[in-house]
Parts: sequence; C-alpha cells; structure tokens
Amino acid sequence: MAKVRTLRTPSERAWTIALWAVSCLVFFFLLAPILAIMPLSFSSGQFLTYPIPGFSLRWYAEFFTSDKWLHGLWNSVVIGVSATVLATALGTIASLGLVRANFRGKGLLMGVLISPMIVPLVITAVGFYFFFAPLGITATYPGLIIAHTALAAPFVVVTVTATLQGFDMNLARASASLGAGPSTTFFKVILPLIAPGVASGALFAFATSFDEVVIVLFVAGPEQRTLPREMFSGIRENISPTITAVATILILFSVALLVALELLRRRNARMRGTA
Amino acid sequence: MSESRNPLKARLRRAERMRQWKAFGLIAPLLGFLLIAFVVPIAAMMLRSVHDTELREVWPNVTEAIGGWHDRTQVPDEAVFAALAADIKASYAQKSLPTAARRLNYDLHNGRSLVFGTARKLPDAAENWTEAVISANQRWADPETWGAVARASGPFTGYFLLAALDRNRTATGKIVKSPPEEALFVGVLERTIVVGLAVTGLCLILGYPVAYLLATLPPNRGNLLMILVLLPFWTSLLVRTAAWVVVLQEHGLVNNALIWLGIIDEPVRLIYNEVGVYVAMTHILLPFMILPLYSVMKAIPPGYVRAARSLGATPTTAFVRVYVPQTLPGIGAGGLLVFIMAIGYYITPALVGGAGDQLISYFIAYYTSSSVNWGLASALGAVLLSATLLLYWVYNRLVGADGVKLG
Repeated sequence: MAKVRTLRTPSERAWTIALWAVSCLVFFFLLAPILAIMPLSFSSGQFLTYPIPGFSLRWYAEFFTSDKWLHGLWNSVVIGVSATVLATALGTIASLGLVRANFRGKGLLMGVLISPMIVPLVITAVGFYFFFAPLGITATYPGLIIAHTALAAPFVVVTVTATLQGFDMNLARASASLGAGPSTTFFKVILPLIAPGVASGALFAFATSFDEVVIVLFVAGPEQRTLPREMFSGIRENISPTITAVATILILFSVALLVALELLRRRNARMRGTA
Repeated sequence: MSESRNPLKARLRRAERMRQWKAFGLIAPLLGFLLIAFVVPIAAMMLRSVHDTELREVWPNVTEAIGGWHDRTQVPDEAVFAALAADIKASYAQKSLPTAARRLNYDLHNGRSLVFGTARKLPDAAENWTEAVISANQRWADPETWGAVARASGPFTGYFLLAALDRNRTATGKIVKSPPEEALFVGVLERTIVVGLAVTGLCLILGYPVAYLLATLPPNRGNLLMILVLLPFWTSLLVRTAAWVVVLQEHGLVNNALIWLGIIDEPVRLIYNEVGVYVAMTHILLPFMILPLYSVMKAIPPGYVRAARSLGATPTTAFVRVYVPQTLPGIGAGGLLVFIMAIGYYITPALVGGAGDQLISYFIAYYTSSSVNWGLASALGAVLLSATLLLYWVYNRLVGADGVKLG
C-alpha cells in the first residue's frame, strides 16, 4: 500500500485529500444530527440545548411510566409483529412461485407485487381510507395490520427471491426423488437453507411497519396510535426531551437491526459457499 | 394430431404447463391479498377523481332535467328551473341541502351562500319558477351558474382533474384557467418538482464523492465506512426528522454554534421554511443515492482509468472522460429513485416545512381529512401517481426489475 502511495503525483494526492475531506463532511452531515440528539435525552434540564445542565434519566423514566408512550410502543409491536408474520408467510410462498414462474405477464405480476414499495405512501393511505372506512375496518387493529402487511410484503418478496436465486434447485429435486412430499421438501430442505434470507425479509418487513406513520395517521383510531404516531404529534405540538429519549431507544434498535442483518447476510453467504 | 405423432413432446409441454400453474398457485395468495388490500382501493380512488354522484343523489330532478339544456349561452328553460325549485325544497326537508351546497361551492364562488340563500327565499308555490328562482337570487340568471350545476350533475366529470391543474370549464364547455384566487395546484406541482430536483441534485453532489470513496477503498475499510451510511438509512424517519428539529430550531445546535463562532448575532430561521425541508429531505434521501452509485462503481474495473492515465490523460481528464461516463447508470438509477421518493414525501415537509413549503402529498392529505373534497384529493392523487409510475417505468428500463436492491 505504502509503495503505491509514493507513486502518486502531487495532483493525485490533492485529489485524494479533497475526496476524503468532502466525504468526511458528508459523513458528519449524515451522523451529526443522530448523534447530537442522544446526549440530550440524558439531560436533567427541560431545554433541548447544549451544554447539558446535568445528567439524569428522568426522560426515560417519563417514557417508561407514561401510558401514552407505553401504549404506543405496545401497539407498534403488536401491529409490527402481526404484519411481519403475515407478510413473511405470504411473501415467502409467493417467492417460491416466482422463481419457478416462466409464464407471460410475469413482469407485470412482479410489478403488481412490488407496487406498494413504489406508490407514494399518502396515496396508499388515502386509498385504503376511502375504501375501508365504509366497511368499518378503519380504526381497528385488523385494518392497520392488513394495510401494513400489504406495505411490508414486497420487501419479503424482493429479499427472498434474491436468496432463492442462489439456491440450488437440485437439492429440492434430490429430496423429491428420495420420496419427500412437497411440504416435507419445503420444511426440511428448502426452508433451512433459505432461512437467513427469510429472516432478513422479515426484519425488513418489521422495520417497514415499525417506522410507518402516514397510514397510521389516516387509518388508526385513538386506540391504535403507534410509537411513530405519538412521535409525530410530539414533534408537531411541542418537542419535549421525552422525544429524545424515545429517539435514542429507536436509534439503538436500528443499530441492533443493522447488526442482525449483517450477521444474516454473512450466514447466507456462508451457506451459499457450502451449498 | 401432434399428440399422437409426438407424445413425449406433448407430455413435456403438459408437465411444464402444470408446473407453471403450480407456480402461479403459490403466487396467488399474495396476489389476491394485494389486489384486495392495495390495488382495488387505489383504483377506486382513481375512479373517484372522475366519478361524481354527490349532487345527483340529493338533487335528482335538476341533474336529470339539465341534460336537456342545449343553448348554453342562455339560461335553461322553465322545466329546469322548476326541477331546481323542487329539489331545493325536497333536500331542505331531508336535511341534505348542505351536501348540495358543499358540492356546488367547489366549483362556484360563494356557491354555498347561493344555495342556502335561494332555499330561504324560495316561495312555496309559483306560476313561473324561472322568475321565482331568479328573484330569490340574481345569480340564477347567469348561464355560468347553471354551467356549474351541469358540471356537477355527474355521473362522470372532468371537473376534479381539471381543477387539479388549475383549469375549469365555462358553461359552453371551453377550458379556461381558474381565477388566480383558486389557482393553487400548478404552483404546488411546480414546487414539488423544484424541491424534488433540488434534493436530487444535492444528493448527487454529496453522494457521488462518498460512493466513489467507498467503492475504491480496500473492502475491509470500505465496509466499515459503509456503516456510516447504513446507520442513518436504518434509523427511523421520525427520529431523523426529530433530530433535525432539535438541531435547527431557534436555540438549536446550529444557531448556537454560529452565534458562538461570531458568524451571526441573532438566531436565524432554519426550520419551518425551505431550508429545513431541503436539509432534512437531503439527509433522509442521501443513502438512496449513495447505495445505487456504490453498486455501479464497485463493478467498474480499474483498468480503464489506468489505461487512460498511461496514454497521457491527466487525473482530471481520466476521471471526467473515462470514469464518470461509466457511472451514468448509477447516477440515473439513484437520481430517479431519490426524485420519485422526494415528490411523494409527506411527513418530513409537514414537520419541518412552513405553510408555503408543502408538497402535493400534503394537499392530498388536506383535502381528504381537513377540508373534505375527496374528488379533488383523488384527482391530485391521480396526478402524483401517474408521475410516479411513469418515472418508475423509466427506472425499470434503466435498472431492470432485479435492480431493486435493499441495504
């Protein structure tokens, strides 16, 4: 490495320095607001400014004792987990069909299946509201779970089809030739091998539902307000330090998610190597 | 015939067809679910932008009778006036007059007071309803008033789509620009496109060097720095928006730092205006530019730039003439992705923008819940959806359906 560097001309070196300088500024821009909000959540003061007057956990205490926030967290988890289970089941089964499908109109079909990723959220939300309000499904848990499942399923489809593309179908054929039925083949042969891909799809699905607020704004009633919905009101009305505590918890949650996905990616790569 | 001649071929074809049906059977549950929970509701919403039966339901007689109004430079004949009077009385008794008043008010300046005023002054019986209605309110002598009734009589109307483009029809059917006090949406569309383009440009300027650095570093260090891009990408949208509110507010970090550095004396307004929208949206969408650029740059073999250098090109020439053209697919993909997402944004502008910085999504939401005009909300939605689908089609041609990558 060092040898290569000495071969560089001064103008090249200037380029490299400029590149690093600009990139570091961009990294700063990307991370600074997220890092800046975390220490404020440990402040003993009311105001969201530096320097922090003293250390305290009062805003975390407020979060964990407030019915409003805990109910929001509970709703987010219930809706997120339900939508994830449904989206993962429907999405994984559909992906198994998609990798085998070779009929005309497959492109259009794929377009329909991933369209919830593309259509602007406000249109999805308003369309759902217009259509389901007369049926009395809005302001219920099933209504939100259905809407979030529709939104999250494409993430499962994209992730699992990508995983299946690296899957050696001869293994399924071998299993069938040894007398296993389709469901045995799926649960004993295919699923264990694509499990990391399915798990990443499920994580994507959960993250999608857990972070979603536009549909919740239109479809949820007061009983179904989720954590992002409470944050939305909090930011709009009066941004209190409790929000920074919630934000910090959610940032740690994203870090955990990121680590989990990276581990799954490595595991998937390893499985492909041995498969 | 062919079956008897070539039984194996036919059997194979049948087996393949079976296989395809089975594959479709696996896809069907998700497809059915999405059709019911997603595609049909959106199609119904699009239909609502041209389907209009509100007035028809409460004023059945006049909406029917006005079909016989042909010379649109004159007011309609007595039968139509009589039908209007009957409808007003009937809907007043059934308490459905406000629906008619609201629907006419969309298209007619002060339409609400016209309807209620007429209802109050209308006599119980009259020899000549034309005179009675006009003496109740002079505006019924104007063919344009009747034009609005005709346009609202349904069942299909171009009114909402035209209104979404600041256009309207006169009584004679000519398309004209709406009066300036009602012309709102072309400005909103322009602002949406300008903000989308500006955010895309900012993302490209900031994202290109970072993607280049990440793609050219040795993999272990590149992956480490990649985390700095992925962490914000995975952080909740609301957390990032909240962070910008905290950082940019009047006594926030940026203002305090600028005052401390002596650059400014008074806090400057950085949020609830354009600045806030641009900063927060660029921050949120930047990873969507960096990731496609990175995957394209990662696949560029370093040999081309080396060849250009060995042939005497300066580093700048080699970069601009040899490297950058190879990244164009990445620029196109990232740019389209960011632009598509930017024009559909609702939450971030709603939280960090001012009243004058709202994009088209805000107005779709506004006409859905605050000011109930579902036809107009649907028409604005149709404009946004067609723009999005068109751009996505271009994106798909450029990248291919398999190009949708996550993380």
